[in-house]
Amino acid sequence: MADIAFDEEVDITDKVCPLTFVKAKVTLDELDEGQILAIRMNDGEPVQNVPRSIKDEGHQILKLEDNEDGTYTLYVKKVGD
Amino acid sequence: MAETIDYSSLKKGGFMRQKQKGYFSLRLAVVGGNLTAENIKTIAEVAEKYGRGYVHMTSRQGVEIPFINFKDIEEVRGKLAEGGVKPGVCGPRVRTVTACQGSEICPSGCIDSYGLAKELDERYFGRELPHKFKFGVTGCMNNCLKSEENDIGVKGGYLIDYKPEACISCGVCIKACREGALSMVDGKVVLDAEKCNHCGRCVKSCPVDAWDFEPGYIVSFGGLFGNQIYKGEQIVPIIKDKETLFRVADAAIDFFDKNANPGERFRKTLQRVGEEEFRKQVREAYEGKA
Repeated sequence: MADIAFDEEVDITDKVCPLTFVKAKVTLDELDEGQILAIRMNDGEPVQNVPRSIKDEGHQILKLEDNEDGTYTLYVKKVGD
Repeated sequence: MAETIDYSSLKKGGFMRQKQKGYFSLRLAVVGGNLTAENIKTIAEVAEKYGRGYVHMTSRQGVEIPFINFKDIEEVRGKLAEGGVKPGVCGPRVRTVTACQGSEICPSGCIDSYGLAKELDERYFGRELPHKFKFGVTGCMNNCLKSEENDIGVKGGYLIDYKPEACISCGVCIKACREGALSMVDGKVVLDAEKCNHCGRCVKSCPVDAWDFEPGYIVSFGGLFGNQIYKGEQIVPIIKDKETLFRVADAAIDFFDKNANPGERFRKTLQRVGEEEFRKQVREAYEGKA
């Protein structure tokens, strides 16, 4: 699936807002600066809002990939400790 | 004594007659839903001393102090003035200008709603008209302040411009857009301007600022949300500057002032006299001819 190498992955398709973002954020917090996290999320509200929340936290978004199964994977590079 | 009360002058000063004889619910002036801590302390003191120790929050961000005895009116006015609290208005005039917190506070905001509400308040609040007239300002497409239920509603939006050289083709904006206005063609985003509703979600979600944007005002006219319900209509495109916004608002409120029968809401006037002339005058104001 991914042409981006990542260090960690997290699936937030089992959560609803705001826990989608919380689960992604908790995982990101555990990474080191510069590491890449793949976040799998549902279509609809999560994919509309989670990327922006991650951006507002100051992390770098690399790519959003359509998994063509009703989910998307967002690749995020951790910025800051 | 009751027959000596001049109700219309009291309504102008925000005194709403209660069912209970001789008592008024005193409406206070609030702009955009903000009060200072000093205002709140003063209101609390007045409610305790002259009212029944509580306030009522109105549906349009106002505050009323119920159970003010008419004998205390002058004293209450004086106390409130000491704490910087002004009486509100009821009756046939421009009412409280409502606003969300806007772009100064809210991540979703496209315009400074509160700042604009203050300016609209200074320009129009209390202006005498054939009937009540309401302004509301909301910062973005989420419409927390229900722009279209007002006689004049203002909603913030962004005019957008794509910068392909900055884009990393991540695809986030395409999903953030709820209008289906964006698509990815050969690794670049293509905008269908017809579908864009100026919500600005593409701009706000973009990780690399590949969108230029300019805030704008989406204005709706003739909303009603009382005995009858009517959604205010947008009749000119998104407005880029405040001068044009005020020109358009002036044109609309002047039209209402000149054409409305006493006790007739804006929408009813438009329905009675026909909207064609109104639309023409607003368009001229928009184009700077008025």
